[in-house]
Amino acid sequence: MKIIAKNREGKVHELEGRDGWSVMEILRDGGLGVAAECGGACACATCHVYVTDGWYEKLPEPSEAEIDMLDMALAVEPGSSRLSCQVICSAETDGIKVTVAPE
Amino acid sequence: MKLGVEYPSMSAIETDVVIIGAGPIGLFAVFELGLLDLKCHLVDILDRPGGQCTELYPEKPIYDIPGLPIVTGQELVNKLLEQIKPFNPQFHFSEMATGLEKLPDGRWKLKTDAGTEIIAPVVVIAAGAGSFQPKRPPVPGIEQFENAGDGVGVHYAVRKMDSFRDKNILIAGGGDSALDWVINLAPLAKSLTLVHHRDGFRAAAHSVNQMRKLEKEGKVKFHVASVKAVHGEPGKLTGVTLSGADKNEWHHETDAFLPFFGLTIKLGPIAEFGINLNENLIPVDTARFESQTPGIFAIGDINTYAGKLKLILSGFHEAALMSQAAFHIARPNEKLRFQYTTSSSNLQKKLGVS
Repeated sequence: MKIIAKNREGKVHELEGRDGWSVMEILRDGGLGVAAECGGACACATCHVYVTDGWYEKLPEPSEAEIDMLDMALAVEPGSSRLSCQVICSAETDGIKVTVAPE
Repeated sequence: MKLGVEYPSMSAIETDVVIIGAGPIGLFAVFELGLLDLKCHLVDILDRPGGQCTELYPEKPIYDIPGLPIVTGQELVNKLLEQIKPFNPQFHFSEMATGLEKLPDGRWKLKTDAGTEIIAPVVVIAAGAGSFQPKRPPVPGIEQFENAGDGVGVHYAVRKMDSFRDKNILIAGGGDSALDWVINLAPLAKSLTLVHHRDGFRAAAHSVNQMRKLEKEGKVKFHVASVKAVHGEPGKLTGVTLSGADKNEWHHETDAFLPFFGLTIKLGPIAEFGINLNENLIPVDTARFESQTPGIFAIGDINTYAGKLKLILSGFHEAALMSQAAFHIARPNEKLRFQYTTSSSNLQKKLGVS
């Protein structure tokens, strides 16, 4: 399963997702510059990404905790902003397009 | 992004060990060093102990601390503080370690941005991923309006409320800090506007209710919007461009802009201490957890070595080994006596239990 990820410089990376892993883990290990300071606990908003090209709507809705935590993210775009630690790789997310948000 | 205030130089503090970072690992280091009779001073940029544990996840349970099947970040820090109390560590909170120099006698002098100077033969860097600093919105040119003066320009914290009297204030954010300052500054501001990307807030419900009340009374304006640009002359903010939910943009005049998006971690001045770094981490040996500069140790998330795991429990182990090595530097003429707290009446006396 693929993750098509654009870094902050606009360079597109094609990463291999892993079933059950969070998109944050794949981006972080892929060197996309995702800080993920809290390690995936939905507690810091430093894994903020924009989910684009119609993929936002295909994902399960963000939890209340994630919506609240997005209040601490910078440059939030309603309708595309997600915390990548809360987006889990699966067959349904194969090919998902994300852009790492500015920090 | 702190104000560049100059403090008068006070006389330097002398101690055995200065620890940068009062997170769980820095706190436990006080215990291990204390058993060896080494006194500690700790410096932390936050205003309280705990580091990431209390700043990021005070209420979240941790399940992998040996012997504690479940403990929250705050509870762990409280227990560590209780454990190190007999050793009477001295804390320097809300201070950033800004400089480190070697003295002719071989000891180190650490300086902070508050003018504190601490001299010790051993420095322990337990700084996690670095220092917590306010998140700066990615708005081009915003930094030129920081430090523009009391009550005007861009501020990430409110130090003197009264400096905002009769000013036009713009606050951005939806958390507790944003709403607390809306509520506190509205009565004295000339005008106060809050912007947030949604018509909902993570802040405590009673704060949200109070804000809504102020909005109803016309004392606060609220827009679902975000700041896209800042305008003014060098050092003098005059206004911002706001962008609404439907991407319409408008100009908003303001004297002050206060973004409250919480904190993020930057390595900070440690990078300029002259210690060898590898991708913002300090390489150490695994017998002493000493950096490549003798006398400067690194424990916890800030260090790196083959097999490193960023776990609290690893940091505890690192603190214990570091302390043994630190003893030989701080007490070169003394023999280290390795003892167990269970059996040593000498250690029990230090702990105040016998």
